[in-house]
Amino acid sequence: MSISDDEVRKIAKLARLRLSDDEVARYGGQLTKILDAMAELGALETGNVPPTASVLGVSDVMRRDEPRAFEGRERLLDNAPDRDGPYFKVRKIIA
Amino acid sequence: MKQYELIVGLEVHCQLATRSKLFCACATDGFGEAPNSRICPVCTAQPGVLPVLNAQAVELAYRAALALECRLNARSIFARKNYFYPDLPKAYQISQYDQPFSEHGKLLIRPKGAAPKTVRLTRIHMEEDAGKLLHEMGALKIDGSLVDLNRAGIPLIEIVSEPDIRTSEEAYAYLTSLKEVIQFVGASRCDMEKGEMRCDANVSVRPLGQEKLGTRAEIKNLNSFKNVKDAIDHEFRRQVELVESGGRVVQETRLWNAEKQATVSMRSKEDAHDYRYFPDPDLVPLTAAPERVAALKASMPELPSAMRARFTSELGLSEYDAEVLTGDRALAAFFERAVLEAPKAAKTVANLLATELLARLNAEGKGADAAPFPPAHLGRLAGLVADGTLSSKGAKDVFARMWETGKDPRTLVSDLGLSQVSDDKQVLEWVTQALAANAKAAADLRGGKDAAIGAIVGAVMKLSKGKANPALVNKLIKEAVKA
Ligand SMILES: [Zn+2]
Repeated sequence: MSISDDEVRKIAKLARLRLSDDEVARYGGQLTKILDAMAELGALETGNVPPTASVLGVSDVMRRDEPRAFEGRERLLDNAPDRDGPYFKVRKIIA
Repeated sequence: MKQYELIVGLEVHCQLATRSKLFCACATDGFGEAPNSRICPVCTAQPGVLPVLNAQAVELAYRAALALECRLNARSIFARKNYFYPDLPKAYQISQYDQPFSEHGKLLIRPKGAAPKTVRLTRIHMEEDAGKLLHEMGALKIDGSLVDLNRAGIPLIEIVSEPDIRTSEEAYAYLTSLKEVIQFVGASRCDMEKGEMRCDANVSVRPLGQEKLGTRAEIKNLNSFKNVKDAIDHEFRRQVELVESGGRVVQETRLWNAEKQATVSMRSKEDAHDYRYFPDPDLVPLTAAPERVAALKASMPELPSAMRARFTSELGLSEYDAEVLTGDRALAAFFERAVLEAPKAAKTVANLLATELLARLNAEGKGADAAPFPPAHLGRLAGLVADGTLSSKGAKDVFARMWETGKDPRTLVSDLGLSQVSDDKQVLEWVTQALAANAKAAADLRGGKDAAIGAIVGAVMKLSKGKANPALVNKLIKEAVKA
């Protein structure tokens, strides 16, 4: 199964990646190989198997509703590419 | 011009009333607090962290769903909704997609000036909220955008209705009933000013009689019930004018601008979202076992609509009184406990509650649980009116003292000497005196001028210092003039 250049460009756009034409061709080939490998699973009879959302075999893992303050707030802010006082700062997104 | 029909479906987000966020222990009380004061590695998406589901969020979500007559699915799955936006640190929102926790509900709405009707609910799912973006600080321009993640990860339910709504009044009534039910079961406080309840409207039009639905526009930024109503009215006119002038409605997101009273296109079709939902591998399935569902159902309070029906049919209250009393769960509970003390005087209890107690509580901005006396005292007061011990004027006086002192009305009645005189001999004596002292009125009355009785009753009340039982006074005067 081959993946088209347009599909590669669409996936790249969704992932916010800018690709050169060379890269489109290269990644197109790699993605095709991945899809081919997955396609081998198509040989299996799965008509009676429900779609799997989790392979752990457990459910309802929960915690109690008890608030607890995290003390490393400054480190979280410092860990971002940019900050302005108590805020994270990003490029302007509205004119 | 052709006649057009309005078709509306609503998507409402309500914040679940938990103390901590949906997948981390950060507190949910960040409204108005310092920016980023309620954040941790999980809700800021630091590498290697794992979300853990809040059990109370699930409990509240399940209660809301049952109150809205939804089915709880035996198993539901959390999914990642992928998109990039700076208020979403993980670049995906944890939500539910093809296996939500509940589906197929319904809500009875009571639109103004129209018959009640049922709106079907498609589904309710759980999801986390995003953060908040700031583009300027008052007049101060910023050379970027600022991000506050206090809201990121706050637990929400999204309630999606079928396109059953046909007028903007119905949309308003839907939101009113929805809020009432959700608040009543304690699932959300639904405070719109704090962003605890938000609404998007899917609006389309079609020529009357046509079966096929028209293309819909999604309207966002509706932060009050009135905005929802206004935006729907405006969008209906816009779409009808568009179609009538030969245009076509395109599927798009539009923002309501309340100042301009208009909707404005926000996203063009080319940017149509491709969220690539898939099951979140960090979270395991959520179940709703039949025993748990049964236990939850058993613990649900009676809902306002059922309570209103019972108050009017069994207790003989007016629609209006029933409406007032069921507007608040604590108030309804207060009323019910008061009525236990005076089962035959439910109407009097309702009256005293609405006119005396509620007026005072509202004036102080307090709820029914802040009343200075127990519900049984109000019931007793109503009982004293019902058995003729107190006149309605006397009841008002006693109530005022109850409000000040918190004392039992029976004690107050004897303390104040307010007990109404219903003793035939005593009242007859006052009647005889009054007739003698008001010869003209007495003669008029004997001559058939019924209105003249007022003067005699007034005289008796003066003699008795307001304590004579008015019904008895009337009866004895009539007997006296006939004799
Ligand atoms: Zn957190």
